[in-house]
Amino acid sequence: MTTNKKWWQPLAIPIIAIILGLLIGAVLMLLTGANPIAGYAALLRGSFGSAIDFSETLIYINPLIFTGLSIAVAYSAGLFNIGAEGQIIVGMLASAYAGYAFAGLPRLLHIPITLLFGMGAGALWAAVPGYLKAKFGVHEVVNSIMMNYIALHLSHYLVTGPLQDPKTTLPYSPDIAPTARLWRFLSPFGDHFRVNTGIFIAILAAILVYWLLYKTTTGYEIRAVGFNADSARYAGMDTSSAMAKAMLISGSLAGLAGAVQVMGVQFKFLDLFGFEGFGFDGIAVALVAKNNPFGILASGFLFGTLHRGSQTMQAMAGVPKETIGIVQAVIIFIVAMEGLVQGWIPGLEKITSLFKKKEADV
Amino acid sequence: MRKSSVRVLALILGLLMVLPAAGFAAEPVKPRVAIVFDVGGLGDQSFNDAAYVGLMRLKDELGYDVGYVESRTPSDYEPNLTMLAREGYDVIWGIGFLLEDAIRKVAIQYPETKFGIIDSAYSDEEYATSLQNVLGVLFKEHEGSFLMGVLAAETTKTNTVGFIGGIQIPPIERFEAGFKAGVWSVDPNITIITNYTGAFDDPAKGKAATDSMIRRKADVVFHAAGGTGLGMIESAEEQGVWAIGVDSDQHHVAPNTVLNSMIKWVDVGVYEGTLMMLEPDFKAHTMVLGLAEAGVGLAPAESNNASPEATAKALEWAEKIAAGEFVVPEFPSEVSKAVTQK
Repeated sequence: MTTNKKWWQPLAIPIIAIILGLLIGAVLMLLTGANPIAGYAALLRGSFGSAIDFSETLIYINPLIFTGLSIAVAYSAGLFNIGAEGQIIVGMLASAYAGYAFAGLPRLLHIPITLLFGMGAGALWAAVPGYLKAKFGVHEVVNSIMMNYIALHLSHYLVTGPLQDPKTTLPYSPDIAPTARLWRFLSPFGDHFRVNTGIFIAILAAILVYWLLYKTTTGYEIRAVGFNADSARYAGMDTSSAMAKAMLISGSLAGLAGAVQVMGVQFKFLDLFGFEGFGFDGIAVALVAKNNPFGILASGFLFGTLHRGSQTMQAMAGVPKETIGIVQAVIIFIVAMEGLVQGWIPGLEKITSLFKKKEADV
Repeated sequence: MRKSSVRVLALILGLLMVLPAAGFAAEPVKPRVAIVFDVGGLGDQSFNDAAYVGLMRLKDELGYDVGYVESRTPSDYEPNLTMLAREGYDVIWGIGFLLEDAIRKVAIQYPETKFGIIDSAYSDEEYATSLQNVLGVLFKEHEGSFLMGVLAAETTKTNTVGFIGGIQIPPIERFEAGFKAGVWSVDPNITIITNYTGAFDDPAKGKAATDSMIRRKADVVFHAAGGTGLGMIESAEEQGVWAIGVDSDQHHVAPNTVLNSMIKWVDVGVYEGTLMMLEPDFKAHTMVLGLAEAGVGLAPAESNNASPEATAKALEWAEKIAAGEFVVPEFPSEVSKAVTQK
């Protein structure tokens, strides 16, 4: 069956979703009195118009790749990690701490340690719902949501208390040491190029997650549990351990998102007034990519561009930032109800029926 | 099959080519002014919306070309400021102290552009050297909040009032300090219940906190919590107690419930500050707006539900504070001292 699939077939639904999303966005802009052509032109120009714009777009894409991967790993084991949002926050806190507290370490040591602090904190945060799920069967969605709020309020406390920069009364942590900062490889061209090696870490993470899920025994177990936990158990697999592993990996990926955000972009922990949304957007990223790690690179690119676009469209064309939120929602909606949508679009049905015929022929 | 995939690609490419064709032919005749909002964003009917009012006044009254961006995450501040500077805006505002760091960085990169920040300030040394293109704007929230404290104390029947803060940080603590000092200047025996909800954008939390205060007999509640405070007003309206609004005149939110509002004229700050920065001989400094400068104060008379006696008392204090005869404490820890001094 899979041998017959054309390379673009899994892309059909996401592409249709994107086009429909943008069209609905255009209608909304017309209804609210904005010019959709100017709006989308601002999206493209603001995202890809110049080197600095593209650099900023990559900054938006970067955390979404990590959270997309995080959600995908958990989902492979049949778990829904809504807690990525909180795992990012503790990842940011831990790496911000390691970034300034261990000043003096050589770069070669400081960067991996700071990254590991972020990953460890994320994993720890995911371990709580993971353990409760594996041990007692408590639903991970409820627990991971609660862990999000604990993380948010813990961060308020820490950043107005123990982790606060002593030089200020404002809620942020001290700058991390230069030895803990990721290399902004375009900085020779100007200080405002914030793109950093975090984007390569993200690509590497996607490759590693693919390898883990599809080329290792652990990955096989994780996927078997996600596919059907009962039959996996019947086959003699330790389902609890597979779930716990998936949750830990998921948490450390989300923690990594936070670490890279601190080490490459912010250089400190800035108090959050609410959730940043990278964790929630990661669900959309993973969904559109159907949990495929390489697909996540692409859908992370799409959602990151839309995120950047929501800002540039507002600044350059006066389009409310919520418009892009709706475009995103439409895309998610259509991808999520794939089966239904296939029935709606006559062309698609033809395409899929063609496939079926071919399969029958073979 | 090949064909249809080619067609899809062609369609996308076609779209991509058509879109950027739309021109950008704005001629910068009038000054261009833009705002970067913090993550609180528009629609709080309070702080951010007040800044927006100032921006709209520049547009409607003076015909300026205006724009704005609402940041989604703290990482957005810097690129948003940079983006507007590159778009050629003459004056760019950061609304909220959260943008302090970002403005410091971007103002150095764009020395020809003027930057203003609401609720934050830099050192005189920075103004004289690296930040010669920056205007800081601070408000004496504690002075306005003191008047609200007086109104609350004159209005309460249960001798219990409440204060709801967003996040416990110095700019918000100024509201708490002023309010407490105002209440206790009338009657030191009044109980003040304080609650920091930890969020500026969560009406549900504001409502829950207020419900609990009302259960503990509070009958006048005041907030400095942005959108969270809308939940406070809703709770007060449902249970028939008084609410005091903040930043903007919040009378319209619940006309029979909002006793008065501690107005912080952020719009005046944005409007006057912009004009100041557009002067050719602009010098970087901090503009401090208190009662004396009419930067904070009571809501207009038509939005006032307090009794004439309470209002008269508040106005009396306002005069004293504006004249410098009484100094309102800035920090909650100083409040009890201030009261005993009186």
